[in-house]
Amino acid sequence: MTESSQITRQEVAHVANLARIQLTDAELDHLRSDLAAILEHVKVVQSVVDADTPAMSHPVPVTNVFREDVATPGLTAEEALAGAPESEEQRFLVPRILGED
Amino acid sequence: MTDLTRATAAHLSELLAKGDVSSREVTQASLDRIAAVDGEIHAFLQVSADSALESADAVDAARAAGETLAPLAGVPIAVKDALATRGIPTTSGAKILEGWVPPYDATVVERLKAAGMPILGKTNLDEFAMGSSTEHSAYGPTRNPWDTNVIPGGSGGGSAAAVAAFEAPLAIGSDTGGSIRQPAAVTGTVGIKPTYGGVSRYGLIALASSLDQIGPVSRTVLDAALLHEVIAGHDPRDSTSLNQPVPDIVAAAKRADLNGVRIGIVKELGGDGFDPGVRARFDEAVALVTAAGADVVEVSCPSFVHALAAYYLVLPSEASSNLAKFDAMRFGLRQGPEDVSAPSAEEVMASTRDAGFGDEVKRRLILGTYALSSGYYDAYYGSAQKVRTLIAQDFDRVFADVDVLMSPTAPTPAWPLGAKLDDPMAMYLQDIATIPANLAGIPGISVPAGLTDGLPVGVQFLAPAMADDRLYNAGAALERLLAQQWGGYLIEQAPELEVAR
Repeated sequence: MTESSQITRQEVAHVANLARIQLTDAELDHLRSDLAAILEHVKVVQSVVDADTPAMSHPVPVTNVFREDVATPGLTAEEALAGAPESEEQRFLVPRILGED
Repeated sequence: MTDLTRATAAHLSELLAKGDVSSREVTQASLDRIAAVDGEIHAFLQVSADSALESADAVDAARAAGETLAPLAGVPIAVKDALATRGIPTTSGAKILEGWVPPYDATVVERLKAAGMPILGKTNLDEFAMGSSTEHSAYGPTRNPWDTNVIPGGSGGGSAAAVAAFEAPLAIGSDTGGSIRQPAAVTGTVGIKPTYGGVSRYGLIALASSLDQIGPVSRTVLDAALLHEVIAGHDPRDSTSLNQPVPDIVAAAKRADLNGVRIGIVKELGGDGFDPGVRARFDEAVALVTAAGADVVEVSCPSFVHALAAYYLVLPSEASSNLAKFDAMRFGLRQGPEDVSAPSAEEVMASTRDAGFGDEVKRRLILGTYALSSGYYDAYYGSAQKVRTLIAQDFDRVFADVDVLMSPTAPTPAWPLGAKLDDPMAMYLQDIATIPANLAGIPGISVPAGLTDGLPVGVQFLAPAMADDRLYNAGAALERLLAQQWGGYLIEQAPELEVAR
């Protein structure tokens, strides 16, 4: 599956779609060769660990960090919306989120 | 009279406390210096002159009224543009955030304000802190005050250059794989990545949440310690913030005593991949600390050779998740596709992210999304997390025998602008000596070690988690030994910049 660092243009396009980045054809070509070079370097991680090596997601082991449930002043609606591209009636105004068909 | 822009923060603190100068005078001196040299250096993306002078006046009034003030009260500071500042535009060097004015302050910014430190402005960085040269900023590169044809390091090239060019006595940086320490090394300044969790990240625009750490940028080790003390400590708004006492770093910086300190030279963080000039300055530093009574031994951390590979999977993976928030809906740029009528939210999002992200950010987001995608997760992201364990185990093992580790901070001095832009792997290799600390969550410092061909070289010390005080002790000791040789700090040898009239 990942023996070789070959990555196809089609795979890059698929991943770009997952990442929600609309790439141009030229960008796809350029990224494909960049990614192949980077994957060639990073694939070594697969050969230096085994099933018994524990994974480390975080430098400090912490679990279930809670704070007291105390109400504190937050942002006003105007402050929260101040950076929005568009807003209306104290809400974020967004493009349509459903398909037309 | 003292040139206020060249004074250390510690000296300014004394002058202010004695009433010899006002914060307005100190702050105005920095603003004048910025006006004179920043056209050339471009360390700042925003200069907040009015609010800085207001803060300065407030501190001066409080001092006149006899209020008890923090040691750095009245000393101005520059803040990396990756931290949210209420009312001051914050871009993280990204076009997608152009014009965003945060409605809140990062915890670190709150603490600077509470300490009475006027904020001069926001400093340049590689877009979303992704880079080692500050050339990936959407707002143009920063130039190195030692030679304006070379890069100032990155991602925090703006903070390092601001301090090196005497535009600010202090600055705030953030370090995910070396973004405080490598710019410090190549600009002849001091930079510290504190222990992971030692300084709150609330309000830091996240790059890779398991690696990011905010820290001080300065011209001397003691100045960094004074700033570190202001920003450190538990914050309930950052769930990774450590609820432990901050070590006495200021006392450690004043102690500066290497007698009996056990220092490990990491075999894997040196050698052939490192520039001969860097190695020469490093070897001289090792000889100096040995002569000063340190017990120096060579140690081996065999897993470090895989640190870069693990980092370039962990970082892009986490970044691809963190940067999903730039969706064109709640803040920042919205730029729909021009060839589609009534585009969907998803189409607007994809179009905006193409227009608003630069090449390096796209490269890492695609790489991270790939590493996390179905069928590749275990092989790439999962394996990288296991390599992280091996690196942390290497540190644990060697710290059983030594107090601190020592290495060059970066493999090369600064290079000409543009020289590595077309070769991402060459750029990534810059972080080879700094990355292991981020992967393991331990603290690191870079202190100036001299010049090679007229450009600065840095030496790095690393210490176990929550032993940041050891960095300040060792760093200040080396700084003092070198200053005795040079008759002053390295930064005093920096060439005069041309001053705009």
